[in-house]
Amino acid sequence: MAPERARIIRQALSVGFAVAPFGVVFGVACADAGLSWLDAAGFSTLTFAGSSQFAAVDVLGDGGTATAAIGAGLLLNLRSLAFGVILAPALDGPWWKRAAMSQLVIDESTAVATAQDDLRWRRYGFLAGGLAVFVLWNLCTLLGVALASVGDDFVREWGLDAAAPAAFLALLWPRLVGPAGSDGRRIAAAGALIAAVTIPFTPPGVPILAATLGVLAVGRPR
Amino acid sequence: MSATVVVLVGLSVGTYLLKAAGPLLLGGRRLPPMVDALSNRIPAALLAALVVVSTIADGGDVVVDARFVGVIVAGVALRLRAPFVVVVVAAVAATAAVRAIA
Repeated sequence: MAPERARIIRQALSVGFAVAPFGVVFGVACADAGLSWLDAAGFSTLTFAGSSQFAAVDVLGDGGTATAAIGAGLLLNLRSLAFGVILAPALDGPWWKRAAMSQLVIDESTAVATAQDDLRWRRYGFLAGGLAVFVLWNLCTLLGVALASVGDDFVREWGLDAAAPAAFLALLWPRLVGPAGSDGRRIAAAGALIAAVTIPFTPPGVPILAATLGVLAVGRPR
Repeated sequence: MSATVVVLVGLSVGTYLLKAAGPLLLGGRRLPPMVDALSNRIPAALLAALVVVSTIADGGDVVVDARFVGVIVAGVALRLRAPFVVVVVAAVAATAAVRAIA
């Protein structure tokens, strides 16, 4: 039990540190759009959905309407509806616990959760991944607001934008290897292809949702 | 109320409802076997899509840049059974190196 727990916590921290640079960038973006540090912190705690936060602040900074900003943010986050359904069997307990845990439904917590086979460890992975990202994302948002003058070039210069895809690949890897991975390889290839093809034609966020159709690559479940 | 506060409240409430619908309505329940089998297959598709999107998407455009090299290095590291943290650090270092040279 202990090694399982340590492994999941390592995964959760890696994913948390992978998204941390983007938290800094979000803080910088908020300052650029003329938002106060309190507004920035509000988005990172209350909304807590990276791509939606960027979209909404982007629209605000360009002088767009509140309706447009909310619409853009929600469209990007339609996938969390699907994530919630996928995670539901692992998230048990009284309704108020499920209500509290729901705030942590994001790409990274879903990724760490679904990388575990056992239902109980799925819930543990979800909480560990969600909390690691929540804490680091919020600290880094404030750091970004404070450092706004340094700009956001450092993410590209230091190669930090490769951390997230590498972390996702590491979570995917066990499903691809070995003889048991033959279904996983076909599903992953189909999902990757669907995502790549839909990127230019759909709003950001939709390719990830569309890629779940990749499960059909191995036929109907028995 | 300023436009920012309206957006903050509206977006946060809307996002929360999207996140919480599944856990609140279906939480802890066993799904029908067919849906269950399907949801066991979804992670591979989902994680693969997250890899692709975070590697080549730049807004709505497809961009192949130094990140691509970083992800290939990550794949090699995984093949060599490197620990999770090493995989991520190797990808970051490779991407930074390519950008420094280019």
